[in-house]
Amino acid sequence: MLKGVTGLISRVHKLNPGFFLHTGTQAPQSIVAHLDNQVPVESPRAVSRTSESDPAKHRLQHEGQHYNIPFQDLKTVFPHGLPTRFVMQVKTFNEACLMVRKPALELLHYLKNTNFAHPAVRYVLYGEKGTGKTLSLCHAIHFCAKQNWLILHIPDAHRWVKNCKDLLQSTYNNQRFDQPLEASAWLKNFKTTNEHFLSQIKVQEKYIWNKRESTEKGSPLGDVIEQGIARVRNATDAVGIVLKELKRQSSLGIFHLLVAVDGTNALWGRTTLKREDKSLVAPEELALIYNLRKMVTNDWHGGAIVLTLSQTGSLFKPRNAYLPQELLGKEGFDVLDPFIPILVPNYNPREFESCIQYYLENNWLQHEKSQTEEGKKELLFLSNANPGQLERLCSYL
Amino acid sequence: MAAPCVSCCSAVSYRLFLGGRVSLAPRQATWKAAAAELQRAAGSQILRLRHTAVVTTKKNVAASRQETYTVDFIKKQIEEFNIGKRHLANMMGEDPETFTQEDIDRAIAYLLPSGLFEKRARPIMKHPEHIFPKQRAIQWGEDGRPFHFLFYTGKQSYYSLMHEAYGKLLDIEKHQNQLRAKGLFLEKTKTKDLIGSRWLIKEELEEMLVEKLSDQDYIHFIQLLERLLTLQCGVAEEFVQRFRRSVTIQSKKHLIEPLQYDEQGMAFSTCEGKRKSAKAEAVVYERGSGKIKVNGIDYLLYFPVIQDREQLMFPFHFLDRFGKHDVDCSVSGGGRSAQAGAIRLATAKALCSFVTEAEVEWMRQAGLLTTDPRVRERKKPGQEGARRKFTWKKR
Repeated sequence: MLKGVTGLISRVHKLNPGFFLHTGTQAPQSIVAHLDNQVPVESPRAVSRTSESDPAKHRLQHEGQHYNIPFQDLKTVFPHGLPTRFVMQVKTFNEACLMVRKPALELLHYLKNTNFAHPAVRYVLYGEKGTGKTLSLCHAIHFCAKQNWLILHIPDAHRWVKNCKDLLQSTYNNQRFDQPLEASAWLKNFKTTNEHFLSQIKVQEKYIWNKRESTEKGSPLGDVIEQGIARVRNATDAVGIVLKELKRQSSLGIFHLLVAVDGTNALWGRTTLKREDKSLVAPEELALIYNLRKMVTNDWHGGAIVLTLSQTGSLFKPRNAYLPQELLGKEGFDVLDPFIPILVPNYNPREFESCIQYYLENNWLQHEKSQTEEGKKELLFLSNANPGQLERLCSYL
Repeated sequence: MAAPCVSCCSAVSYRLFLGGRVSLAPRQATWKAAAAELQRAAGSQILRLRHTAVVTTKKNVAASRQETYTVDFIKKQIEEFNIGKRHLANMMGEDPETFTQEDIDRAIAYLLPSGLFEKRARPIMKHPEHIFPKQRAIQWGEDGRPFHFLFYTGKQSYYSLMHEAYGKLLDIEKHQNQLRAKGLFLEKTKTKDLIGSRWLIKEELEEMLVEKLSDQDYIHFIQLLERLLTLQCGVAEEFVQRFRRSVTIQSKKHLIEPLQYDEQGMAFSTCEGKRKSAKAEAVVYERGSGKIKVNGIDYLLYFPVIQDREQLMFPFHFLDRFGKHDVDCSVSGGGRSAQAGAIRLATAKALCSFVTEAEVEWMRQAGLLTTDPRVRERKKPGQEGARRKFTWKKR
């Protein structure tokens, strides 16, 4: 019966899109006011969905509710950005729903009010493992994509400092190392995300790749990317060029640039990559990391930098570490120093309810007890309102 | 003073040695010595050796010597025990007159500490009647004629008991019929309270009768006693009471911690718990939001495995008090699972003070309040582990 009422409410939402813009917690009462002839709502349950799919219009009253990301957006904006478990969930439920949460709302508020004349502000999302930092980052990216910013999204910097199959010595600078596979994969995804910008931005220098190929000054950025994808050996250099050009040109004001890096602590940590003589490679010696570090410094303006710290992929860091100081290390912390930290906490009770409702609506919780209050209390205890843990628990039910 | 000590030590050690030895081969009594005496007494008459039934509980006691304890021997043992008891009391500096069995046990445990797990293998000093098995006196006279009329049934005490009980039954029925005939019979509806006591088990009955019984015998006896009980007569009840033992109620032994109050007036209760080699101490606050901190770390981070968190959840789930209490605990030793079990025990015990008596009883029956006695078993020499033997090679 509970499920039926919830279904009824969500269908009502979809029918009247402008209906819920003014109430969040008052939603059930307004339902009672308008539908008082129908089934009475027993208690103000958190309604789990909202029909507002434009992140720009998300406000505090939408907190705890899931909004739908259309599949088109998913393919363009997030070719590589979403965490794997979320991708699996999207595939299972056949829809991509993201929960609106306070840290993300805060971040969006800041992004809306960025002053593009000032140097780029750095926002660091940090929190315990599994609290939703990556998804909050994705929320911000979706917002920026809708606002037509250029998105430079590195899905997981940790992937660049470990498990690399081939390290080549850089053609540009002998001291450094190239990672052709990762670079070319990233370039492909970057291209999908920012198609329409590639023809607009023009390169401001001449780049010579090898004896036969070169990119002339004034040719569109798309050419550089094509070159990188086609010639895998030069992919890392292509990435470096892209980063340099974007940084230079964002100050001109043609476009707004959002640099979003997940797993930023990889940039200043240690690597597990070794040279042929089995000596360790420092992160600076990787060309990708070197260029990315330059990107993350705030000596350019015309955009914003959003970073996420992650212990999950990090190397040589204890499991309990989640504060910026611990994960970034002294060096990283100094480089990033004036930044705005945003803590991503566990679910509050309303968000937890909403999450459970969402799973119930999608028939994800099959256990009979999961619909009862006791079952919910058990889940709350076992996961301690941690989104990641809750998701893993519910996958068994 | 030294000499008496030495002698008493030797006396004590002799007693202890006997105690230890005898407790391993219980209740073996034969009549060799008795028969030998008879032979001596009867002179040249050759008597058949009678080996009367022995109540052996351990069937796999291989080749046990048939010990004979003459009455004189037992008397001597009792004297020695008493002397030894007085010496022990002197040693411990206590009054010999008021030295009870519990004091003796404590003194022995103190003087001769033993780390053996098996309680029966440790040194004991008890009155000979507890140590030496009960034996029957000689059951036939000088002419060889047995005293009891049921001697040739083989189980004379058992059959005589059955006869007695059945006789009582018949008497009571006759009496009741007479009363009914006169019309004076009162239907008593008072039923005896059988809760809190249990029938004798077969071993106990055997011990009482000093005779070996079969299962069928035992069942018949209990059925007869139950039939007696249905008659509702005072005489019968007294008779039957001899064969019932009381069962102590376990939960009365469990102490409930009193609540303590801290500065803000919040009630809290502290308790300890153990599991394997992990020790935990939990402080449960009365009002809270369901947060649990272990050694200062949130329980989600301290126990990443769901199984451990489920262990922590059990007491709260059982009492349905999910978001109501805050817990702060410290734990050390053991492994991940042992620590979780120790914390669970500690929180359950601490929650007892916030909860009604009936719920404490339910918790005890659910096993939340019992310390798990399982400990790691030691590795034995000649084996690879505690139980695993070395690979057997045929050649």
